[in-house]
Amino acid sequence: MISPQRVDATLLAALRISAGLAGVLLLIIIFFMAAESWAGLRDIGALRFVPDASWHPEQTAANGSFRITAMVAATLAATAGAVVLATPLAIGAALFLRFYAPPGLAGPFKRIVELLAGVPSVVYGFWGLVVLVPLLATLGGPGQSLLAGILILTLMILPTITLLAHAALVSVPPAYLQAAAALGMSRWTTIRSVALPAARGGLFTGIVLGTGRAAGETMAVLMVCGNIVQLPDSLLAPVRTLTANIALEMAYALGDHRAALFVSGLVLMLLVTGLVLAVARLDASSGRFRHG
Amino acid sequence: MPLCSRRPAALLLALATSLLLASCGGSSNQTRLTVTGSSTVAPLMAEIALQFEKTHPDVRVDVQTGGSSRGVADARRGLADIGMASRALNDDESDLTAHTIAYDGIGMIVHADNPVRALSPQQIIDIYQGRTDNWQVVGGPDAQIIVVNKAQGRSTLEIFLEHFELAAPSIKADVVIGDNEQGIKTVAGNPYALGYVSIGAAEYAVGAGEPLRLLPLEGVEASTANVRSQRYPMRRPLNLVTRGSLEGPAAALVAHAQSSSVDPLIRQLYFVIPQR
Repeated sequence: MISPQRVDATLLAALRISAGLAGVLLLIIIFFMAAESWAGLRDIGALRFVPDASWHPEQTAANGSFRITAMVAATLAATAGAVVLATPLAIGAALFLRFYAPPGLAGPFKRIVELLAGVPSVVYGFWGLVVLVPLLATLGGPGQSLLAGILILTLMILPTITLLAHAALVSVPPAYLQAAAALGMSRWTTIRSVALPAARGGLFTGIVLGTGRAAGETMAVLMVCGNIVQLPDSLLAPVRTLTANIALEMAYALGDHRAALFVSGLVLMLLVTGLVLAVARLDASSGRFRHG
Repeated sequence: MPLCSRRPAALLLALATSLLLASCGGSSNQTRLTVTGSSTVAPLMAEIALQFEKTHPDVRVDVQTGGSSRGVADARRGLADIGMASRALNDDESDLTAHTIAYDGIGMIVHADNPVRALSPQQIIDIYQGRTDNWQVVGGPDAQIIVVNKAQGRSTLEIFLEHFELAAPSIKADVVIGDNEQGIKTVAGNPYALGYVSIGAAEYAVGAGEPLRLLPLEGVEASTANVRSQRYPMRRPLNLVTRGSLEGPAAALVAHAQSSSVDPLIRQLYFVIPQR
């Protein structure tokens, strides 16, 4: 017979192990990326990733050129565009779902959003390539462009942010809303000055996860962005993101070319980490501001 | 509640057991052959492998894609029993042996609505190097030419560059694609695009109703028939690549892939049967 204390102890140990695993896995991945990048950083030199003439990697560092700045810019532009477009739409959809939708509509609407979150990214990419890209091509240029990438990414992160924002709004204590109602506040005033501030943490979490997904998305972006390594001079110009670059070239890359791709992966991880930290900081500072 | 209290431990035990089982799975006395490489050869090789496994139940063939470069590298380093490459071996790859199982041609494709019926090699070179960027110059409508190029490392790109004697950095493309399917969808979706893909894949897409047209090259129509008769100039062999002397099931698989019993499979995938 096992005593309840034993059960607790066993469970605690199991939970500690799984929590530890999650952390250790991240460290292993970072260590692996750094180790694989090391050859590239040593042979190519960390500095050449910026001033080199272009991205024409070769197996031996001396023959190739390794500038990744255009791809960093493309990743940042596509991610920022998608987050800027998706965030207001998603929070609007979540507010509608929580405060305005009649119960008969709210259920099916939520199911649809959940389904949207589960659509595989390659399906979004395929749809983008055969429907969205020809549509954009009528505006001039190849159609495969930064704008196509932004629109597809918006579609992909919209459900993520909506569902997390909705969950955050649902978890606002009912007493707050009742108090607002007792004060005679209108529905919009309640949302603006009670529900949204109270749900702020959850909203930021949704935006952070959406940003991470947008920055890391590969397949869909590879299919609709055109994959030309250049600084975009317009929304209709084709671009290549860091993720698309890795997916396009990794299978064929050897030697220093391969190492250079690992370096770009490492850069991508640093970018996402930076974004997450920035948003967390924003969250914390706005919290301090509100509570004096 | 003795039953309940055992649950966490039981769950852990079950997890550990299933992990253990998964890691030991498939440890029967089957021989496993790994075949890696070109994404052009892989679909054909997968079909050949299925056929081969029927007559050799003790062999399991694993076909993985990753491009000709990977096929050559894996065969050389022994990571794969057989590599797949959709090109002839280079001079610095003489330590390997190539076994040709089929041929494939690379054809220039445009949208079906494009009135241009043919491009000369010099016109194609000018377009891909950015000296010509309007269809009007080559007898088409007044519209920008959307140049579709393959990503670095793809054998289709290598054959294209070699045929037109171009250097990769000199190409000014508007869209860079990965596999044939992406190229077909890109050109089918843009009336002003110019690209190049495997003729077999393009013929199949045209048959399936995609709005595409293959352009003739140097006066020769781009068709699987003309690749077979060796008249079409931009073609490539589909090779199995091996290192050292072949024996056992790997030798049997290569022999099978070069026998006439795979002809229906080659035809089915719109590749070209070599002279036997």
